[in-house]
Amino acid sequence: MAYKVSIKQFNHVLNTLSDKYKIYGPKKIEKKGRYSDTDLVCYKPISGLDEMELNEKSFFSPKEIIYPIRETLFYFTEDNVSVPSVPDEKIIIFLRPCDINGMKRLDTIFLQNGPEQDFYYKRLREKVKFFMIECNEGFDSCFCVSMNGNKTDEYAVACKFNNDNVILNIQDEEFKALFSEGAEEVQHEVEFVEENKVKVEIPPVDKVTKEVFENDIWTEYTHRCIGCGRCNTSCITCACFTMQDQHYGKDNKMGERRRVWASCQVDGYSTMAGNHDFRTKKGDRMRFKTMHKINDFHKRFGFHMCVGCGRCDDVCPEYISFPKCIEKVNEIVKGDSNE
Amino acid sequence: MNNPYLPRPIKIIDRWEESGIDHTFRVENDMNLIGGQFLQLSIPGVGEAPISISDFTDKYLDMTIRKVGKLTDGIFDLQAGDKIFVRGPYGNGFNLDQYKGKNLVIVAGGTGLAPVKNVVNYFYNNMDLVKSFTLIVGFKTPNDILFRDEIKKWSEKINVVLTVDSADESWTGETGLVTKHIAVCDMKDLDNTEVIVVGPPIMMKFATIEFVKRGLAEEKIWVSFERKMSCGIGKCGHCKIDETYVCLEGPVFNYVKAKELID
Ligand SMILES: Cc1cc2nc3c(=O)[nH]c(=O)nc-3n(C[C@H](O)[C@H](O)[C@H](O)COP(=O)(O)OP(=O)(O)OC[C@H]3O[C@@H](n4cnc5c(N)ncnc54)[C@H](O)[C@@H]3O)c2cc1C
Ligand code: SF4
Ligand code: SF4
Ligand code: FES
Repeated sequence: MAYKVSIKQFNHVLNTLSDKYKIYGPKKIEKKGRYSDTDLVCYKPISGLDEMELNEKSFFSPKEIIYPIRETLFYFTEDNVSVPSVPDEKIIIFLRPCDINGMKRLDTIFLQNGPEQDFYYKRLREKVKFFMIECNEGFDSCFCVSMNGNKTDEYAVACKFNNDNVILNIQDEEFKALFSEGAEEVQHEVEFVEENKVKVEIPPVDKVTKEVFENDIWTEYTHRCIGCGRCNTSCITCACFTMQDQHYGKDNKMGERRRVWASCQVDGYSTMAGNHDFRTKKGDRMRFKTMHKINDFHKRFGFHMCVGCGRCDDVCPEYISFPKCIEKVNEIVKGDSNE
Repeated sequence: MNNPYLPRPIKIIDRWEESGIDHTFRVENDMNLIGGQFLQLSIPGVGEAPISISDFTDKYLDMTIRKVGKLTDGIFDLQAGDKIFVRGPYGNGFNLDQYKGKNLVIVAGGTGLAPVKNVVNYFYNNMDLVKSFTLIVGFKTPNDILFRDEIKKWSEKINVVLTVDSADESWTGETGLVTKHIAVCDMKDLDNTEVIVVGPPIMMKFATIEFVKRGLAEEKIWVSFERKMSCGIGKCGHCKIDETYVCLEGPVFNYVKAKELID
């Protein structure tokens, strides 16, 4: 059973929820886009539906809400180490199915890879409830269907936004109580996008051999990619970070250790002492990223890392297309098996 | 909730020079360790880096550190009595049982001797546990030689080949790359031989090839990798090669696996 509520009623409930929850949604920030006079859609706290941008894809993913770009791990003084606290407030995020699936990838790295869980990720992640935005149709660059990123049932509330009402499928009792009051009960099955304009065949992991790594499809990217790392920062599933220490004052007695997002496309990602580096060519880095997204992660966890949100394509200043790149890998793999 | 990123302070008991830029730091130890594991060593406000445990007892552990940058410069300012911060131990380390009853050959290049030093000492003290033991260590020049006194001590029981890449007339020992010495090393009973190779990537590459050329099965060769690491616990991504995380599944790898890893 679903509920149909007016926009006004929906906003009213959001308002009630804002006592206990910080609510995030995709928001349009005017004139902050990549080019002059363009806008930027990113995740910000919102207080009502009118503040949300639902007709465009967000440039940045919602991952920074639970995995901040820069996060202090601890402060220290001469004889004391202190871990900064996070607000008690719980968190609601309005996001699309691909991003919910993306969060599952982040969960996998931070909570399941290795014997220890990530303290900082976990304490924010536990506060979060997902309000899924039902996609009417994908955007131009989406390829979520190819990546199996189009469907999920990991939501507290699924919202289908219509012009003058919202239809809600609610799985979380807390929200059912709030939204159902005075709402009209309707029949509605949660709808997912079943087809994208961009389709790509993902090569089966057991077919990806050394030849793919050594193939010269990657040299193209050595020339095209400028190593800016935008594809990584916009990606919902990129999880890498680097430690950074900072001290205040001259005597090194006070300071902080923090982590900042890292990008495998940017210089220094694999640089060790003595400037020994493992992937100096941009093409090798593209290969590393691609394999992580559509091969390596799957070998460890049984599903692909990439969810097909298409953001890496949207943000690349060199118009490098990730699905095209996957296609090239697939061609090599198919070529190999035809021999 | 356990916070794996919080380092704990431990006291430096002693430090001494190995070569001009390599010093060994001895610190208090309260951990259960395996040779070949590493710690994330840090000075808050300066930096954090993975450093191998070169040797240990249940009272202390040693780390041999090369002064190369921000953190290691800071560590070189510390003295006995000062505190340093650690978290770990991390990584798999060497499985000693693997080498028991075997002809053990260890080849180490430069600072690569540090991560295997505990293994060397273990079998030096328990020679009855191996059939034979050969240690081939190479350094760039005589001035780069680490653990000089210990190498001399080991020579009493172990078949030690100490070589330098280049030397002046005053050097009376062996010269040439470790690969040259692998080529002539006495290896009869290949079925019962296990080899450990640790050193700079290029040295490991050619040393392992040399053993394979000599007819040793790949699964009898073990190597230890170094990669950039920010976390040591499988989150930061820096150490990843293909689907393998060096901080989790390594740094010690069997060559059968290691040779398939493409950075
Ligand atoms: C498993 C493991 C075990 C190790 N064991 C030991 C050990 O036993 N002893 C030991 O001495 N070392 C060991 N290392 C290496 C050690 O971690 C590095 O030497 C350490 O990172 C140095 O830290 P630092 O802050 O002093 O140097 P940094 O300040 O990080 O600089 C080190 C060098 O790298 C260069 N560099 C740093 N960052 C960049 C960048 N972004 N781009 C280009 N160049 C850069 C610098 O110019 C400098 O030459 C080990 C590493 C690993 C992975
Ligand atoms: S790799 Fe590209 S398409 Fe895949 S999840 Fe990341 S940003 Fe989205
Ligand atoms: S956004 Fe494009 S140019 Fe920038 S690092 Fe990624 S692939 Fe390269
Ligand atoms: S060191 Fe961070 S993942 Fe291995």
